[in-house]
Amino acid sequence: MVLSKKLKQRVGILAVVFTALMGFGSAALSDNHGGKHERAIGANAGDACVKETSWMRRNHMELLKHDRDRTLRQGIRPVEGSIKGCVDCHANKNDQGAFIPVDAEGEFCSGCHTYTAVSLDCFECHATKPDVSRVKRAGK
Amino acid sequence: MSKDENRSEQQAHEAQVVDAARRRFLGQAAGATAIIAPGVTLMTIAQADSGAAAEGASSAKRWGMLVDTNKCETGCNDCVDACQQENGWGAGSSDEGLSDSRQKAQWIRTVTVRDKETKHTTQLPMMCQHCEEPPCVNVCPTGASMKRADGIVLVDKHICIGCRYCMMACPYKARSFIHESLHDQKSHAPRGKGTVESCTMCVHRVDRGDQPACVERCDKGAMMFGDLNDPNSQISRKLARVSSTQIRADLGTKPSIRYSGI
Repeated sequence: MVLSKKLKQRVGILAVVFTALMGFGSAALSDNHGGKHERAIGANAGDACVKETSWMRRNHMELLKHDRDRTLRQGIRPVEGSIKGCVDCHANKNDQGAFIPVDAEGEFCSGCHTYTAVSLDCFECHATKPDVSRVKRAGK
Repeated sequence: MSKDENRSEQQAHEAQVVDAARRRFLGQAAGATAIIAPGVTLMTIAQADSGAAAEGASSAKRWGMLVDTNKCETGCNDCVDACQQENGWGAGSSDEGLSDSRQKAQWIRTVTVRDKETKHTTQLPMMCQHCEEPPCVNVCPTGASMKRADGIVLVDKHICIGCRYCMMACPYKARSFIHESLHDQKSHAPRGKGTVESCTMCVHRVDRGDQPACVERCDKGAMMFGDLNDPNSQISRKLARVSSTQIRADLGTKPSIRYSGI
């Protein structure tokens, strides 16, 4: 009985410590993110993404996955979930004015993907910097 | 614990405030054209890829090429250079440093054929023939090798597992496998390690109404691109006028690339 009481106490303490750590972790993440987010949202980003930010955080991969098939297999080019669109908006520029790859350390895509330990396979093949001539062509 | 609760409550409140602000902003933006400006970036980028392809590829068209080998000058490499620069392979890329010449990507190459009796040599560009009955599509175990409705044969690298059956099946040796990690790819030509690739007939250009890079570059007039299904297109009218042939027509692959003068 004594032992089990002690055990219960220990478990209780552990739970408290664990919860506190979790809380601290998420707070650290959000602080960190808040700061980084402002900086890393992208050089060409407008004021709104193609959908609500909270929706995009959870579901951007679904959007990309469906629209990649529409583009590649059916040739439908103007799609919402265009990875070129992601890169065009969310790539940052360095001090020299050159684009930084979106999958570079701490940048828009890799920032979250590294934290959540989700591998980022898109950029094994896809361009990580905006195609300046393409963006110019669109602007004219 | 209570501190944490306080903090999360505060965060939730902040999130609500931000959400409300965002909703207000979106509402205003939708209501008045004058302040739509912040969304312009998004709109213009969305239009960058539009062109005439909003409804996608259609089987009403069948894209093809006619190569006039009499006009193809021996030693000229312009079509290959144009392809490399457009799609970022070979000299258009600083990658594939470890691969040897048999391993490196090759979307288009020039081939010299020689008549043994007359000793006459002819050069011609050789690339994916965009077959109507593509053997690469038949053998692909995942469906990655595919033909669009308008006849352009592509590799869907999202589902390509790099087995290279298609390379074995292709009678034209048109496909390559990427052995190394690549960097700085072109945004319109994604390519990467572990997947097979080949000529895309510059599908990104075709979809916006342009010609493939090789055809545009060839100033000898040896290459012509167009819709084989349209009897009034320049290419169809020329095909009706001059004699042309499909390479290895005996295999029944029915290529969209035709050659005249061989």
